[in-house]
Amino acid sequence: MFDLIGFGRDGWGPALLWAAATTLFLSVAGFVTGAALGAIAAFARLSGDRLARRIAFAYGVLFRGVPDLLTIYLLYFGGSVALTMVGHWVGAHGFVGLPRFATGMVALGIISGAYQAEVYRGAFLAIHRGEIEAARAYGMSGATMLRQVVVPQVLRYAIPGLGNVWQLVLKDSALVSIIGLVELMREAQVGAGSTREPFIFFCSAGALYLLIAATTGALFRRVERHTRRGFRTA
Amino acid sequence: MDIAFLANTLAQLLRGAPLTLELAATSVGLGFVFALTLALALQSAPATIGWPIRAYVATFRGTPLLVQIFLIYYGLGQFRPTLQALDLWGFFRQPYWCAILALTLNTAAYGAEIIRGGLQSVPHGQIEAARACGMPPWTVYRLVILPIALRQALPSYGNEIILMIKGTSLTSIVTLLEITGVAQQIISQTYRAVEVFACAGAIYLSMNYVVARALVAIEHHLSPHLRVPDIEAAVAIEGGLH
Repeated sequence: MFDLIGFGRDGWGPALLWAAATTLFLSVAGFVTGAALGAIAAFARLSGDRLARRIAFAYGVLFRGVPDLLTIYLLYFGGSVALTMVGHWVGAHGFVGLPRFATGMVALGIISGAYQAEVYRGAFLAIHRGEIEAARAYGMSGATMLRQVVVPQVLRYAIPGLGNVWQLVLKDSALVSIIGLVELMREAQVGAGSTREPFIFFCSAGALYLLIAATTGALFRRVERHTRRGFRTA
Repeated sequence: MDIAFLANTLAQLLRGAPLTLELAATSVGLGFVFALTLALALQSAPATIGWPIRAYVATFRGTPLLVQIFLIYYGLGQFRPTLQALDLWGFFRQPYWCAILALTLNTAAYGAEIIRGGLQSVPHGQIEAARACGMPPWTVYRLVILPIALRQALPSYGNEIILMIKGTSLTSIVTLLEITGVAQQIISQTYRAVEVFACAGAIYLSMNYVVARALVAIEHHLSPHLRVPDIEAAVAIEGGLH
């Protein structure tokens, strides 16, 4: 039974490891996209502009309230319908599918951005008001203050929350398998289907997810400790 | 926009809503009982019982729900002769029970961690005071520790409930006809994926909105000591007294 997932001639080991690398890469890409969207949304939530605040609020409520599976489906099929229409105008025929990796990345980005926005907003609100006052009193420009005072501290306060969102993204990346991207979940399904040994394949996939989650979790804890050096904790 | 189609779709999708709610309520209910048991066991048990619980929690929190559903439904299906010999095949043959099992085990792992956090947040002085009053250990748990711990855990547990409602959509992949499953059925007949999925999303969103509102109301009800005193009401009462 273990030959199946081994590295022998008929082993699925290399394929599963390669798929796990795709999962990791997809999750990182989605998380980074989400960081950008989340930062913009958090900025909008904290801004004075009422319309921007409302849009960012609606974004958060929408993508934290709708199942991630539906978001991925909607993005893939919606995007493909739009692309097929564009294709018809330029003379192409039939269904045009979106690139799967990019769709998965954007979907994970949109979903995790909604969660990351809350993390960044909370972290910003945790900054001592006196720090900002002091920066202003020194005559720092807005950009300098953002770069030297606000962003470093927001990142420090945000790390524990970001670690949670990262774990969420990693597990959500399994859902991208439904649009046909061959990441870890999909590869396990393919292996299970062609060997009729689903148990060992889904166990291996689970173990690899666990391995990625544990190593990256340790990494987050290390970064957290590093950023907290010099701060006394209760 | 085709209003008639949207209305018709919405009506059809709503027929999947009872199953969605049933899956979510059953797994959250069973999961809570299981989670509470695990959290209490972790509190008081020796390390030999503690480490399998911790391993279970880490495993189910560290792997995707989809993997868990597939492992239980397809993976265990591989052991059909054994399950038949154990008279369990009737359970594992049905996607409904496999889905309930996967969702319950998943939410119990998260729930145990949330309740453990709640238990740890109970100030030691409260427990000491209860003991000083002469309460037996079980009464301390029932009257002091659990009410404080569960109140403390409520916001996180609320998030978990909403995650579970969203999580039920994955059971459509193992052929259950809850909201997402019905949506896929309609799409295979009409090929109008965007409208149908948008309608399904709207239903989930309103469900989660209602649940979130209810949780805020419960939280408000359970924490009178944290409320900002209503100044106007106080003034009105005082005015009435004069």
